[in-house]
Amino acid sequence: MAATAKKVFGAAEASDLVNELRRSFDDGVTRGYDWRITQLKKLLVICDNHEHDIVEALRDDLGKPELESSVFEVALLRNSCKLALKQLKNWMAPDKAKTSLTTFPASAEIVSEPLGVVLVISAWNYPFLLSIDPVIGAISAGNAVVLKPSELAPASSALLAKLLEQYLDPSAVRVVEGNVNETTLLLDQKWDKIFYTGSSKIGRVIMTAAAKHLTPVVLELGGKSPVVVDSNTDLKVTVRRIIAGKWGCNNGQACVSPDYILTTKEFAPKLLDAMKHELETFYGKKPMDSKDMSRIVNSNHFDRLSKLLEEKEVSDKIVYGGDKDRENLKIAPTILLDVPLDSLIMSEEIFGPLLPIITLNNLEESFDVIHSRPKPLAAYLFTHNQKLKERFAMKVSAGGIVVNDIAVHLALHTLPFGGVGESGMGAYHGKFSFDAFSHKKAVLYRSLFGDAPVRYPPYSRGKLRLLKALVDSNIFNIFKVLLGLS
Amino acid sequence: MEAMKETVEESLSEMRDTFASGRTRSLKWRKRQIAAIYEMVKDNEDKLCSVLFQDLGKHSTEAFRDEIGHVLRSATVAINCLDKWAVPKKSNLPLLFFPAKGKVISEPYGTVLVLSSWNFPISLSLDPLIGAIAAGNTVLLKSSELSPNASAFLAKTIPAYLDNKAIKVIEGGPDVATILLQHQWDKIFFTGSPKIGRIIMAAAAQHLTPVTLELGGKCPTIVDYPTISKNIKSVVKRITGGKWGSCSGQACISVDYVLIEKSFASTLIDMLKPLIRSFFGENPKESGCLSRIVSKQHVQRLSRLLNDPRVQASIVYGGSIDEDNLYVEPTILLDPPLDSEIMNEEIFGPILPIITVRDIQDSIGIIKSKAKPLAIYAFTNDENLKTRILSETSSGSVTFNDVMIQYMCDALPFGGVGESGIGRYHGKYSFDCFSHEKAIMEGSLAMDLEARYPPWNSFKLSFIRLAFSEAYFKLLFLMLGLKRSK
Repeated sequence: MAATAKKVFGAAEASDLVNELRRSFDDGVTRGYDWRITQLKKLLVICDNHEHDIVEALRDDLGKPELESSVFEVALLRNSCKLALKQLKNWMAPDKAKTSLTTFPASAEIVSEPLGVVLVISAWNYPFLLSIDPVIGAISAGNAVVLKPSELAPASSALLAKLLEQYLDPSAVRVVEGNVNETTLLLDQKWDKIFYTGSSKIGRVIMTAAAKHLTPVVLELGGKSPVVVDSNTDLKVTVRRIIAGKWGCNNGQACVSPDYILTTKEFAPKLLDAMKHELETFYGKKPMDSKDMSRIVNSNHFDRLSKLLEEKEVSDKIVYGGDKDRENLKIAPTILLDVPLDSLIMSEEIFGPLLPIITLNNLEESFDVIHSRPKPLAAYLFTHNQKLKERFAMKVSAGGIVVNDIAVHLALHTLPFGGVGESGMGAYHGKFSFDAFSHKKAVLYRSLFGDAPVRYPPYSRGKLRLLKALVDSNIFNIFKVLLGLS
Repeated sequence: MEAMKETVEESLSEMRDTFASGRTRSLKWRKRQIAAIYEMVKDNEDKLCSVLFQDLGKHSTEAFRDEIGHVLRSATVAINCLDKWAVPKKSNLPLLFFPAKGKVISEPYGTVLVLSSWNFPISLSLDPLIGAIAAGNTVLLKSSELSPNASAFLAKTIPAYLDNKAIKVIEGGPDVATILLQHQWDKIFFTGSPKIGRIIMAAAAQHLTPVTLELGGKCPTIVDYPTISKNIKSVVKRITGGKWGSCSGQACISVDYVLIEKSFASTLIDMLKPLIRSFFGENPKESGCLSRIVSKQHVQRLSRLLNDPRVQASIVYGGSIDEDNLYVEPTILLDPPLDSEIMNEEIFGPILPIITVRDIQDSIGIIKSKAKPLAIYAFTNDENLKTRILSETSSGSVTFNDVMIQYMCDALPFGGVGESGIGRYHGKYSFDCFSHEKAIMEGSLAMDLEARYPPWNSFKLSFIRLAFSEAYFKLLFLMLGLKRSK
């Protein structure tokens, strides 16, 4: 069928879509192990056979370098599929739960069951990763799923629609392309779970819509992820990791991007020099010409970032970079030194290639700076100091804490990935994805024998005493009461 | 109201300061507070029985079994297990990341709000409170105005036993709740109806506050007569106790309605009638063993459910109402129409519809046609039926061959799905409910791989590809120059 006229997607279509998927779910299409494995295998085939197409789409949408696309999108997805394929049987098995004397005789377990029909709303910065990784979770858990990719990455959105339609079971997995109109229509429907990746502002809209149907949500949002740099560190490694984590990950347009640096006044000059040096090693003398960085996604974001740089008392703090090219949507890696703490650039998530360095009299003050801002998705610390590491992990509240590295925790399927406060709620990756899309149903098996009259009216003092003993689960007390000794 | 607003703001401010001081992070502090709750309940058992009798006409045995005993047990478990619960969970990281370390620590959300309910005003207040404190939060409890004596007791007594800069109680109705919901909380825990649950979640969405909603639903009870006929006496006892023996049917996990094959319905009814009389005497109103309806409004609500002429026609036992004395007689209905109001909203009272089906397997279709309940009960020894119930229906929990008792099993999560709620608690789940699971990853500055950094080339791409697929041998060959980079 020629992809000429896009089909109209209105309220009726949204409702029909959900009804259709609900019928499939009720018919049991998605529940079986085999179906889930087949879909996951097909997702793996997409990663293997279409890597080139994905790299091209990402180059179109974001100017993403091939390595970033291959590694941070395709390779991560491939691993995610393989893990699910390997572990699904384990994940699907019920967990036995302990029963106590009060409920004896009984056995109990916790059964994972799919929630039903779920909605995944993805973002534009890692359009494949942030679409397919949650979908892997949804499918592993046995749900039917609708994916709404971001319209701000149109080539990726179209490719996702095409590939998922081509490979996956259309009776249970669908893609709806579109913008805020289509998203709003989808949000009017009743879903059994909504998984959203994006901004805190829209996160509120999503949760408000979900509240109408008591739909549970996972919100993967963002924030200003701080990097605290101690003078007691390996400077070269620190700086390389910060640079790779910032400009090497979609040019700062990532939810766990190092947003700003906190260090001492004493150490700042050394840090800055090292950064300039390594930046040149990575991206050359003319970073605007480097092919190893994504571009800014669109002119809206370009203008937003420009505005951050142009603010009074900020523009004169640029100590490196600052070049802009609106036509090609490029901004050079830019470092600023000691912008005012109440400037725009220090108040909202930067999401771009600008890196403020804030200097403090001593590193202790960094806790206050971080604490005075909303909880971020990630907080980073570079140091050799063991005590500082422990204090940082305890005192700083963030989705996740990474010491001596940047962003890599994204790739670790054994750690839950999610936010807290303004940076989100819920978590995923690895088994956490499976759990995010499951209902953990408690099941208690009781025997019809062994009934304690103490449970029933008419109530008496004796029954009360026995009950008290049972609640204590103290076997001696129970015997004492039963033998009339209490 | 202005005064109330000020009180709320001052309380919030004080609780936030207390949390910031770090006092609640200490496990010793938490255990002391929970021990104080235990003492408070033990010291005031008689007073507690008295307020529960005043508010709901609860017999002291029922009060102990369902509320006092439950809280004592919950506190004991928390004190005994807190050290274990608070231990960080180590995560295994893939070899690629060696020698990096990963773990997850449970961190308190901060300042949390617990909104309790009137039917079990002591346990539904103190049990979540125990969870919030165990997890290290400061907490404000709003007790229900519909159980004024219990509410007054909590407001007066909690400050006498607990750290009142960290744990506060506020009394009041919807107007107080509205004021509370206008403020930002780090977590909200609500027990109540789905209608109010929606309002709570929508309010929480404005601040991206995570919620746990313990709601309700119509908990069906399947009686597969032929397979349990040998133990029918136990079955009838459990159903009778489960319906009328716990707050006269006003419990979120009450037996709402029974499903049984047509040919056995009269046998069941003929056994229920004398049992009700044996539990509650010829005049249940005077027995002292049957709780009252909480308010005139609720009596009127139940009255309305019975007023439908088709429902009136289905009454086979009971049916009398004494509004002034807040009394509704234990009532049994036989086959009220499935589209009547009483079969479409949670009854929350001492009226038991018995719905007959041609074949017990048909029960599953009826259950599925309604919103997902908090619990499903099934008396059966048919393994096939058990499997069908587990795999084809969805509910917070399923209990075979008993009712209500899953509440006492603290190894099982207690919570709903869909209309019956979001989130869960009891035992360690209470601790988790009020904690943010923070991932901590610690990398090593010592081992640094060139391949991680730009400028990119085909060697680095091959390296990273192989590293990600954990193809360590191939990686080794690549590094030794024995494998060509693609």
